[in-house]
Amino acid sequence: MIVEIDGKTIAVEKVPNVMRLMEKLSINKEAYLVIVNDRLVTEDYRLNKDDSVKLIKVVSGG
Amino acid sequence: MKCRVCGGNAVINLKAYNNALCARDFISFLENRVLKTIQRYRLISDEDRPLVAVSGGKDSLSLWYILNRLGYTSEGIYIDLGIEGYSSLSLDKVKSMADMLQRKVYIFHLMETLGKGIDSLSRIIKRSTCSACGMIKRYIMNRVCMDRGYNVIITGHNLDDEASALLGNILYWKDEYLWKKGLELKETEGHLSKKVKPLFLCSEREMAAYAILKEIDYVRDECPFSVDAKSLVYKDILNRIEESSPGTKLQFLKGYLKVSRTIKAQRKKEDIDYCPICGYPASGGICSFCRIMERFGIEGGIKFDEYKPVGLST
Repeated sequence: MIVEIDGKTIAVEKVPNVMRLMEKLSINKEAYLVIVNDRLVTEDYRLNKDDSVKLIKVVSGG
Repeated sequence: MKCRVCGGNAVINLKAYNNALCARDFISFLENRVLKTIQRYRLISDEDRPLVAVSGGKDSLSLWYILNRLGYTSEGIYIDLGIEGYSSLSLDKVKSMADMLQRKVYIFHLMETLGKGIDSLSRIIKRSTCSACGMIKRYIMNRVCMDRGYNVIITGHNLDDEASALLGNILYWKDEYLWKKGLELKETEGHLSKKVKPLFLCSEREMAAYAILKEIDYVRDECPFSVDAKSLVYKDILNRIEESSPGTKLQFLKGYLKVSRTIKAQRKKEDIDYCPICGYPASGGICSFCRIMERFGIEGGIKFDEYKPVGLST
């Protein structure tokens, strides 16, 4: 599965859902939003291997 | 996950509220929260002439959009700090929003005024870049209000910004700042305009979700000077706590508001000195901004450019 995070593209072993993906990448759920196939999704969203997944960082230095 | 309001597909899980919402109901939830914050804490009244400080980021652009949607008609101020590759991109985003809202935006260019960007300036005045940036922004936001007849400056500080600043103030027991935070900084007639933060109770995650759902085009890149900012460390720590105990950040700030109200009422009002040149609050003598202007040999007023969207007559 191809995942875009912080402007980089990485290959990740297939995981059943968004929550498992975030756990696998050690990503804080408060600090990122997940977009799958151009739609914002919740962490229980079931992932397919062809899904386009983007992790958007929401934290800024401000 | 289903939306708790309509039963449709949820796009966001709000654990702090034990709620999950679809796009439409989340947008309505967030706009309502901003409206309720403004009304409950009396941040903006019908008689006010507010100005929104816009940076090109998700918070300030979304706030500007929401305020105009809620009927709080407001123009913007953008402070161009001359950060290569970042400031011009941010200004483009601000102009796009101004075009969409059909609202004027004032622009202050640090480089045109001093011939220096914030990076060089901070080295000359021996301050960190973030400290110099904060000083310039606070001054210019106030100055544009004073010069152009606005009485309220609105900033996009969100719950995470405020909680991380509060944590920093507590960790180092910065007593001089600790009890001065809040949703509102009161005006001082002729010197300081009122400053309000309608996003005080809206998290950074909620604001990013709103911007994405409303397709607000904001700068995704981090300011190059904030990479090592302590606020990012504090935000990370708070988010780890939030992940295991949802609602902690909100309770942290709500508790602060309650406690600080009592402490502020008990404390004696401090005597404030004002800059003899511009009238801005200053602790003894000339304010930091006027000192910079003197150092660079610049006299006269501050120049603001105005960006007016095509079709806007006034």
